[in-house]
Amino acid sequence: MPPDFIAAWLNRNEIFTAMTIMEYWDGMVTTVQLVFLCLIIGLAFAVPLAILRTVKNPFVSGPVWLYTYIFRGTPLLIQLYIIYYGVAQIPGIQETFWWEIFREPFYPALLAFTLNTCAYTTEIIRGAIISTPHGEIEAAKAYGMNWFMRMRRIVLPSAARRAVQAYSNEVIFMLHSSAIASVVTIVDLTGAARNIYSRFYAPFDAFIFVALCYMVLTFILVFVFRKIENHLLRHQRPAGS
Amino acid sequence: MKKLMIAASCALAMLASGAHADERNLRIAFDVPYEPFEYKDENGDLTGFEVDLAAAMCEEMKADCEFVIQAWDGMIPGLLARKFDLIMSSMSITPERAERVLFSEPYYNTPGGWFGPDSFNADVTDMSAMKGKTVGVQRGTTMDTFVTEEMSGVVTIKRYTTADDMVLDLEGQRLDVVFVDYPVGEQTVLTKDGFKEVGEAVKLGEGVGVAMRKRDKDVAEEVNKALRKLKEDGTYNAIMKKYFAYDVKV
Repeated sequence: MPPDFIAAWLNRNEIFTAMTIMEYWDGMVTTVQLVFLCLIIGLAFAVPLAILRTVKNPFVSGPVWLYTYIFRGTPLLIQLYIIYYGVAQIPGIQETFWWEIFREPFYPALLAFTLNTCAYTTEIIRGAIISTPHGEIEAAKAYGMNWFMRMRRIVLPSAARRAVQAYSNEVIFMLHSSAIASVVTIVDLTGAARNIYSRFYAPFDAFIFVALCYMVLTFILVFVFRKIENHLLRHQRPAGS
Repeated sequence: MKKLMIAASCALAMLASGAHADERNLRIAFDVPYEPFEYKDENGDLTGFEVDLAAAMCEEMKADCEFVIQAWDGMIPGLLARKFDLIMSSMSITPERAERVLFSEPYYNTPGGWFGPDSFNADVTDMSAMKGKTVGVQRGTTMDTFVTEEMSGVVTIKRYTTADDMVLDLEGQRLDVVFVDYPVGEQTVLTKDGFKEVGEAVKLGEGVGVAMRKRDKDVAEEVNKALRKLKEDGTYNAIMKKYFAYDVKV
């Protein structure tokens, strides 16, 4: 009988005490903060960068291309190592005000995650922008809209519809990638699990629980994005539904 | 040639066992190199603290010993498969291992050492002086357990997987001080300029013991007796002084 089984298991468990549950909770808060902030900042920069990336002048689009090429072409773990350990090696950095920011592992990790997700998001949005149907742009021109107005009224709203599904994947990948924050001493969800594992030598309990935490977060994200998609893509729904 | 050598060694072995019929034959396994505990010197001879101690122990037990080299991963399986009879390769006594092997009394325990930059001048045992400091430890070590139990809430604890990452953060001034297995700290922190030992080394955990098969209770008894004798008669201290500047005796 399942309830008996669960009760028996809880009785002989030494791991899930109030203290360790609090550690997991603190880790969850850190993970959510880190992922939420890097996604918001990343998206805010990705929209203008994606527009620059579609500009014909190579001196404008080239640097953006190079940036996305570098950050999509190297592992996030390496980027994090370079920013976290590399910055500390710059001579004299410890005496500047930058050190107040880079001393704690949170900000180097936030910077690495933001640069990474921003590069991917830039490419997602750029892909959506360049696949705008030609007729829509011609129609906008025929109405006498200037470039700025075309972007704001026609190109970006329709690009958002095409980008939202790919972007929801990026958001979920970012949540899962954030697990590597624990290698630079951040106690996020994974960091909490590693600490608890090493204290009790119980890998299954410590890691399966943390996997469930990530699944719950993922389901919340999937739910939110389904709402957004329903809203943005309601014109595609069959009539009457 | 090879066959001849095997034949010769067989003959020797028979002679030897014939000559000392009452002597025990023991094969002792080491994982090399792990300086200064077991390693090969420039002539290729096996040497080190545990090797010397093993030799002295065999003499004390009047046993005929053979030293075997075994990689760490196969240590306990090799012991259980009777490839050798004793492990003297810095194996810490833990409850998990004690389920599978029989441990002697501990024969050494390296302390945890406090290391920091030359500018560090707080007393590591004084909780008010340590308040607000950031301490680095290796995750899951006895040093981690000690700091977590004794200093949580006083200091910020940062846990690392490898000692190298931790030393990088000590150099980068993200950590005020690290608390690490003394030989590790000696090799990684003290070899750098501007760093020193900043507090009294502390012995934690049970230490390292000789590992044997569970059924070999009679061997364990003899091993314990021999180790006790060596610790008392000064042989142990003489060997220890040869390899360590600090006390590892338990």
